[in-house]
Amino acid sequence: MRRMVFLARAEVLHIVRDRTTMAQILVVPVLQLLVLVNAATFVVRNTAVAIVDYDHTATSRGLINRVAASGNFRIDERSLSMEQANEKLLDGAVTMVVTIPRDFEKSLVRTGVAPVQLILNAEKGSAAGIVSSYMVSILGNYSRELGAELHPRKRIVQSLRSDVPPQRGEPRIDVRRRGWYNASLNYKHYMVPGVLVALVTLIGTLLSAQNIAREKELGTLEQLNVTPITRAQFIAAKLLPLWVLGLVDLTIGLVVGKLVFDIPMRGSLLLLFAVAAIYLVVALAVGLLISTIVETQQQAMFVTFFIMTAYLLLSGLFTPIDSMAPWVQVVSRINPVRWFITISRAILVKGAGLTELAVPFATLLGFAAVTLTIAVLRYRKTTE
Amino acid sequence: MKALLGLLRKEALHIIRDRRTLTVLLLLPVVQVIIFGYAIRTDVDNVRLAIVDPAPDFMTLRLRNRFTAAGRFRTVAVLRNERELDSLFQKGTAQGAILFEPRFAERLGRGTTAHLMIITDATEPNTGTIIQNDIASVIQQFERELGARSGALQIVPRVRLRFNPTAESKNLFVPGLMAFVLTMISSLMTAITITREKETGTMETLLVSPLRPWQIIVGKVAPYVIIGFVGVVGVLIEAGLIFKVPIQGSLLLLLGEGLIYILVSLSIGVLISSRTSSQRVAMMAALLGTMLPTMMLSGFIFPVDSMPVVLRWVSNIVPAKWFVIIARGIMLKGIGLTYLWQETLILLGMSLVLLVLSTRSFSERLE
Repeated sequence: MRRMVFLARAEVLHIVRDRTTMAQILVVPVLQLLVLVNAATFVVRNTAVAIVDYDHTATSRGLINRVAASGNFRIDERSLSMEQANEKLLDGAVTMVVTIPRDFEKSLVRTGVAPVQLILNAEKGSAAGIVSSYMVSILGNYSRELGAELHPRKRIVQSLRSDVPPQRGEPRIDVRRRGWYNASLNYKHYMVPGVLVALVTLIGTLLSAQNIAREKELGTLEQLNVTPITRAQFIAAKLLPLWVLGLVDLTIGLVVGKLVFDIPMRGSLLLLFAVAAIYLVVALAVGLLISTIVETQQQAMFVTFFIMTAYLLLSGLFTPIDSMAPWVQVVSRINPVRWFITISRAILVKGAGLTELAVPFATLLGFAAVTLTIAVLRYRKTTE
Repeated sequence: MKALLGLLRKEALHIIRDRRTLTVLLLLPVVQVIIFGYAIRTDVDNVRLAIVDPAPDFMTLRLRNRFTAAGRFRTVAVLRNERELDSLFQKGTAQGAILFEPRFAERLGRGTTAHLMIITDATEPNTGTIIQNDIASVIQQFERELGARSGALQIVPRVRLRFNPTAESKNLFVPGLMAFVLTMISSLMTAITITREKETGTMETLLVSPLRPWQIIVGKVAPYVIIGFVGVVGVLIEAGLIFKVPIQGSLLLLLGEGLIYILVSLSIGVLISSRTSSQRVAMMAALLGTMLPTMMLSGFIFPVDSMPVVLRWVSNIVPAKWFVIIARGIMLKGIGLTYLWQETLILLGMSLVLLVLSTRSFSERLE
């Protein structure tokens, strides 16, 4: 026990004395949180739109005004020729071109149906889908409004006699919409809980892999190997300080998240820390595993980097798991990061408790047991 | 010249002997094409729907069937009241919910307004919005058919997607991935390999050898240019074979622009190495200074337009941003230098400035 404490103490001193490591632990997470959360956003706002109006009527102008007033679009140019608009699209100056055809109003009044063409720059990927869905809902609302204007009598009669059945008017379905948990549609509230997990993972895995690889490279690991310290003691002493650091980083991240981004904390923070404590065991064990297969720090860095990229991209941090290809969704089940991100978002944003999170929680526990066992078994006190 | 060849040979041997690093260098792009192609998607499909129908009647059943028939929805729960809804969302079992009011059919039959509420899990705002709009459009369609006789007005949007007609995310990531691979190999590896010579003290030996400074740089850097190029061509071939990602424009122009971009990244790598003395610091600097911006600020994954002003401004000095614009233009839009000359000039300018800076700071060390 005493041996372990001494080694752990040496580790702490090493970490505290080394400027680079301290920067890695204290400054980098905050920077990453600030940059990632601000940059990693699929928010679509102020989309530049060009409008080609061949109709020039009150109805077409009304439509243009609705687009301008919606707040989602910035109208770049109102009266362009099709060629000019095309030029703008190629140029990248606008994301969407709305073409209102000649006889738009006439056809709407006579037949009740009129087309509008939306050309989207799908080069922007997901943005195109959102933009078109915004536009479609604007068109839907506008046609309803116009319908009400065109048949004012019917509406009034209907409202006067709404208590008198059975007046066969227009059956209407009044649809109300609610976005739960994130009513203001703030993307940052979605990103912060995920980025926190990424930070904890990075610290846990990278530092533990690097730390042991460094001892290997410097040759000090061999010195430790000839001491009477046991395998378990050695690993515990190496990993405990890092485990504490991971929790410290989570705390720093949560404070920054609260102060800077005002993230919601609907669930129990205690539960979050409990999960983090288990999760860190997984992250550290993975780092330890990496250190057993590499020889130098550079290799440790690269292998960690490789694993981290796959981890994070397949974790649902940036893009929802539900959107991934079916087989990737299955593969991502063996990704511990995925489970912790799910839990972190569920606790912080949705206010979930242990009952709702039983499955991911149990999965993480299983991962912790398995990875730690493998890492300890694979670790040898001998060098070839 | 012979000395340079010798150095080149030595570098090549170094790289080939370090199997693990080489494997990662060559494997990473291959794996990433697959990850990005299959995982980095934002398409919303197969929505898990909960239905709260306190008093089912023939109208609510008809509308519910519409959702099943639409193919994009999967009903995971039918509830009597909304009490359980919260826990369904928290578990992630449901992504969206439709709440009917009692006497739904009766109200519609009388020609009055029936009420309905759509609730979505908006934790991820975009998915939340898209699901809301999807559900609403099924309901609108249903309503339209009910009221077909009374002639409600209808503006029909005809949506056309340019440059990426199937709107598939996979066509978008290849240009960004090229920038990513090039940055990793050119900046990161160069920075590390030069600082390693410094750290182990062998740089001194190289400096007192008859090799000129530029020869040392060329010798250190050239093998990575080749690996970088192999990586990029590999990404293009793999993307073409597995995902059928098209190259609309000129391949030659694309590779040429790639070369300019390699120059920029290499200069950054050399610059980092001349300012740092240990591998760890060099790695950190390269990761934070080049890899992270390339991932996050280049418009590779996240649209630059949506970022705060400060980051949008910063993104202008990230070379990858310009390369991504150029590569997307060539690959997806099929445009040439007539449209892309500005971006190309910016990249060229950057490479000039960085080249001068890096060779200068490298030779400064000699004195």
